[in-house]
Amino acid sequence: MFQPSHFVAVVLFALFASTVFGITMRETPRRMIRYGIYCFVLFVGSAILLSWVMFLIAR
Amino acid sequence: MATAPNKIATKQGSQQGFIYLPLIAGWLVPGAGHFLLRKWGRGALLAVSITGMFVLGVLMHGKIYTGAQDVLDMLGMAGDLGNGLLFFVARVLGVGADQVQVTTADYGTKFIVVAGLLNVIAAVDAHNLRTGRKS
Repeated sequence: MFQPSHFVAVVLFALFASTVFGITMRETPRRMIRYGIYCFVLFVGSAILLSWVMFLIAR
Repeated sequence: MATAPNKIATKQGSQQGFIYLPLIAGWLVPGAGHFLLRKWGRGALLAVSITGMFVLGVLMHGKIYTGAQDVLDMLGMAGDLGNGLLFFVARVLGVGADQVQVTTADYGTKFIVVAGLLNVIAAVDAHNLRTGRKS
């Protein structure tokens, strides 16, 4: 059984979803890569930000 | 370099055949719609991403929806069906958990559902390439 930590699960999810978003939402390879990286950063960044918000609320 | 008549002939050649074939193939097998259109790189990346997400979901003991008892189950089932043959093979082989018992299994359930939804997006992209709406 594969038991990743929450963060590893977020990174894997962001990686796969960003790849598909990049390929399907843009037309040229250069723009695909840029959009894929943009989505990846937003996925992971928002997860980290929301984690900190929830941590501070829970204190 | 292709001349104008050659380009028209090539475009007409690519428009022949069943127009929904890339859509259906892309739904049944992740990336197959792009492979049919000779978009090898895009198809390979889509196949690896979607199949990888599905396999990781199963390895995390994610739930594969087998029936719809309530609205949430129905939505999960719709997402799972997006995986095409992967879903049916997983059902036949009996992989995946019936009940979510650990946290990672919950992640796995979401991985499987999202893999299905991403596969639908990829199949529609293949259809758009086939119809010429996207290049």
